[in-house]
Amino acid sequence: MTLLGSSPPRPDGASKVDGTLRYANDLPMDGAWHGATLRSPYPHARIRALQWHPERAPAGAVCVTAADLPGPNGVQLLDDEWPVLAAELVQHVGEPVAVVAAPSKLAARQALRAIEVDYEPLEPTLDLSTAGRQEPLYSLELKSGEAEEELARAHLLVEGTYRTGHQEHIYIECQVMSAGWEADGSLVVEGSMQCPYFVHRSLIHVFGLTAERVVVKATPMGGGFGGKEDFPSVIALHAALLAKACGHPVRIAYDRHEDIIGTTKRHPSVVTHRAAVDAEGHLQAMEIDVVLDGGAFRTLSPVVLSRAVLHAAGPYRCPNVHIRGKVVRTNTAPNGAFRGFGAPQVQFAMERQMDRIARRLGLDPLEIRLRNVLEEGDRLPTGQTMDESCSARLCLEKAARETDFKQRWRHLEAQRRDIADGDSMPGVGLSLYFHGAGFTGNGERVLQSVIEAALLEDGRIEVRTAAVEMGQGCDTVLPMMAAEASGLELEDVVLAPPDTSRVPDSGPSVASRTSMVVGGEVAHVVSEIRDRVLAWWSDRQESGAAHTVEDGLVRGEKGQSWPFREVARSYAEAMGPLVVSRQHEPPEWQVFDEETYQGVAYPTYAFGADVVEVEVDPDTLEVSPKKVTAVCEVGRVLHEKLCVGQVEGGTLQAVAWGLMEEVKLEEGRYLNDRLATYIIPTIKDSPEMEVHLLEKPWKGGAFGAKGVGELPMDGGAPAAVSAVENATGIEVDAIPATPERFLALTSARRQVPSEPEDPERARGADR
Amino acid sequence: MKALAPRTLDEALLQLTQTPDLRPLAGCTDLMVSEPEDRRDWSGVLDLRGISELRGIEWRGETLEIGAVTAFSEIRDSPEVRQSFPALAEAASRIGGWQIQNRASLGGNMANASPAGDSLPVLLVLDAQVVLVGPEGKRSVPYRDFHLGYRQTALGPGEIIGWVQLPKPPVGATQFFRKVGTREAQAISKVVVALLASVSDGQISDYRLAAGSVAETPVRLTEVEESIVGRALKPEVADLAGHLAAQAVRPIDDVRSTAEYRRFALAQVVRRMTLQLVR
Ligand SMILES: Cc1cc2nc3c(=O)[nH]c(=O)nc-3n(C[C@H](O)[C@H](O)[C@H](O)COP(=O)(O)OP(=O)(O)OC[C@H]3O[C@@H](n4cnc5c(N)ncnc54)[C@H](O)[C@@H]3O)c2cc1C
Repeated sequence: MTLLGSSPPRPDGASKVDGTLRYANDLPMDGAWHGATLRSPYPHARIRALQWHPERAPAGAVCVTAADLPGPNGVQLLDDEWPVLAAELVQHVGEPVAVVAAPSKLAARQALRAIEVDYEPLEPTLDLSTAGRQEPLYSLELKSGEAEEELARAHLLVEGTYRTGHQEHIYIECQVMSAGWEADGSLVVEGSMQCPYFVHRSLIHVFGLTAERVVVKATPMGGGFGGKEDFPSVIALHAALLAKACGHPVRIAYDRHEDIIGTTKRHPSVVTHRAAVDAEGHLQAMEIDVVLDGGAFRTLSPVVLSRAVLHAAGPYRCPNVHIRGKVVRTNTAPNGAFRGFGAPQVQFAMERQMDRIARRLGLDPLEIRLRNVLEEGDRLPTGQTMDESCSARLCLEKAARETDFKQRWRHLEAQRRDIADGDSMPGVGLSLYFHGAGFTGNGERVLQSVIEAALLEDGRIEVRTAAVEMGQGCDTVLPMMAAEASGLELEDVVLAPPDTSRVPDSGPSVASRTSMVVGGEVAHVVSEIRDRVLAWWSDRQESGAAHTVEDGLVRGEKGQSWPFREVARSYAEAMGPLVVSRQHEPPEWQVFDEETYQGVAYPTYAFGADVVEVEVDPDTLEVSPKKVTAVCEVGRVLHEKLCVGQVEGGTLQAVAWGLMEEVKLEEGRYLNDRLATYIIPTIKDSPEMEVHLLEKPWKGGAFGAKGVGELPMDGGAPAAVSAVENATGIEVDAIPATPERFLALTSARRQVPSEPEDPERARGADR
Repeated sequence: MKALAPRTLDEALLQLTQTPDLRPLAGCTDLMVSEPEDRRDWSGVLDLRGISELRGIEWRGETLEIGAVTAFSEIRDSPEVRQSFPALAEAASRIGGWQIQNRASLGGNMANASPAGDSLPVLLVLDAQVVLVGPEGKRSVPYRDFHLGYRQTALGPGEIIGWVQLPKPPVGATQFFRKVGTREAQAISKVVVALLASVSDGQISDYRLAAGSVAETPVRLTEVEESIVGRALKPEVADLAGHLAAQAVRPIDDVRSTAEYRRFALAQVVRRMTLQLVR
């Protein structure tokens, strides 16, 4: 069968284009009230008193504060540190202090004015420069070999500090959640979310309900990018609290402004590198310090840090590595999950460090990477040995070949000095990156994901997972995987809606795991139903066994055939319901020691290499990315168009994070809290994209697929900034690399030598 | 809130006489995104788009007259504008994106009075005249006297912009426009520059320079003009012009850029435009 790798149309495509699809805020909700949120104006303050004056509010309006919580005041992602509503302290501007509900949106907004809060402002910690002195929210360490010793006797020591900024998700659909209580005391919550069972768990936790009494339904999503992994729990709790207080269903729908100030962002980072390199440019030892800005609460930061630490050394071979990571607290909105989950930050740093090492040795960016690239049989700092699915060299060589990188880079490097006044400055840059597939460490084991399939009365098979379609295409790909594995037609498979009363907890739709983990299990459970039906059918035939299924037809040995759906319908009629479920078990050898950080952190890795071409305006220092050639090795391409779409979208998001997207803060307040001022690329800012998909299947399952959603987020920024360096001779070690930042760097004369330095001299100077 | 849609100018003026706090509305691209608080003191809106007298582009003798509600897409595509006022056509093509250009009007850009309005420096170097109409009748003011301060204009109560008049530019003059925005489209300018210059006998004989987003209002940089006019056309003049321009403005740090960058970009752009005269 050749279904996998083809590009059947996505079932949700037409309704998304013609506008008929109903998103959470389009769904009718009879008698629903509207919720609104009172937010802290201070980055850090003590709440001395909070007074609700119902007489000043529109009739009937209700107000809920931390004092009214029926259970623990914690969102319960990893722990209870993130409050549902601020109690004694507020920790960031925009932190929810109270929520109100009223019959109309306007009335709800008016009701906010009936709350009086007396704050005592406290000294805030506003950025990483001062936060570092405090007790971290979380820290980690990963060590292999003897990094310190090797650094002390380094042939060449190269140091660098690299910084990345916040990034806002800007999913098209802002956060929306509705909640209502049924007469029997059960709670139904519906809204835009990536992880119905995360929301489910938070609600159970705070309301002290049993699992069956909480129903969470994920609506079709207008994008998530990780921003709907953690935060939906908060807004779901608010809606449910208000619904309980007013006795009506309540909907909370954030507008863009509120969404930007109130919800999570990508963690800013400062990563410090010290590397020992031999005369040929081989990495001998690395010491890497990773500091992430967690914002006000811990949220998912420990897991983000974990992925950051595990990717900090990049797809390179280095025998001695010591990585220290910590997340520190600042009085800004909590940072959380965002496509890439810590890996883009550290790989930006690693890639810039590789470029720096190359310059010191007079090598080009390709050469330094070729000399250190991770290959089959090499070990990661965790001790994990790379298997045959390691494709870093493949990607790197392909990207270089497709773009004639070495020639181009050298040519532009040399021509820089001769460029005529007024001519735009062309540059080309390269990055190599990898992304661990699925949950980190023992995450998949802890999750105990369950996937279910059921035979319907009409003979079709219903696949039941909590995977949510957020644009990534799981509603297209999961049935394809089921059909491919079982020999059924796409139409024989239907997906149950992601509703906790109808589907088991197959884990969250995050970490590029849906196709790779959930999809693999979907293939199993659907095949098992097919087998049972087939066995039953075979038994009833005179000739007995040896029936097969192909293209949706059951074939007998004499060449007869019956539509599977008919056969399955007779099965259902005769035998009644058939439900098969399976718990995902990661491979036995995937064992990770959380204490020592040794072992198999990810069962496999996807790899990629990007070449970005830019032009820099000689007068204004504006950078236009002209073209990106992205080579991504994803194990197995399941749906070609969607896979290319993931690479294009992720790459654009990465290039924009590197060049233009910037969250500006003043006293803990977002200055650019709207789309007019938070700048994301338009189609006119988007470079031409050439995507090459490579396949080195992973033997562990899911047809060899490794996950692609996050991979392209890792490479775009460092390659773009490297191209700027090639174009201008300005070395940029912090992003976003806006013209304003270049200007500051140009004035400070942070210029790289225009000609690669003589390696002998470089070495001498460093000793 | 009332919404009135007069078909003639007389009808509109009558309505404005009766209710001077009616808010004129053209493409609505600025009003649509205005803060709700700002809308509180209007008793209603007066949609000017149905008034044909206020729309169109036409030569009247030596001046090109553009109706205030004319959309930037019409200006961008107008052969008259492209022929005689290429800087204005260029500015029109860089405002927002196509969707915005189809609605946004020249009058709206002026009345909105943002220091970043992209057509405004062009109007300044073209020595535009503005014809205002109101309950008291018509009056004509030089555009350079129209912006009184940050988001303040010379419009009186009940008064609207009727037309913009552009005198035919001097024969042989070259026009330049450059917008430095936050991105390629749908971007508010960090710096926007317009220059009209003429060269005769190797000397700069006319030099009119204006910039936006570098002060409370779009500004004509007369000090720079005075120092440059009469100089021999040499590359050093371009450096000087850039340098003087950066000194003549008072940009600020804000959410879009920094004062330092605005100064720098202004100097560079002015230098480049002036150098292009040399070539
Ligand atoms: C997405 C987006 C992108 C934008 N990009 C740009 C850009 O790149 N460059 C730029 O300069 N601007 C930009 N703008 C701002 C806006 O489009 C322009 O200022 C436009 O010219 C306003 O014209 P309008 O006809 O839409 O005005 P309206 O919104 O209808 O009115 C604007 C103001 O002018 C008043 N007004 C309108 N017409 C008259 C009149 N004839 N007499 C008196 N008062 C009047 C109104 O009362 C109101 O105060 C953008 C706006 C948006 C929403």
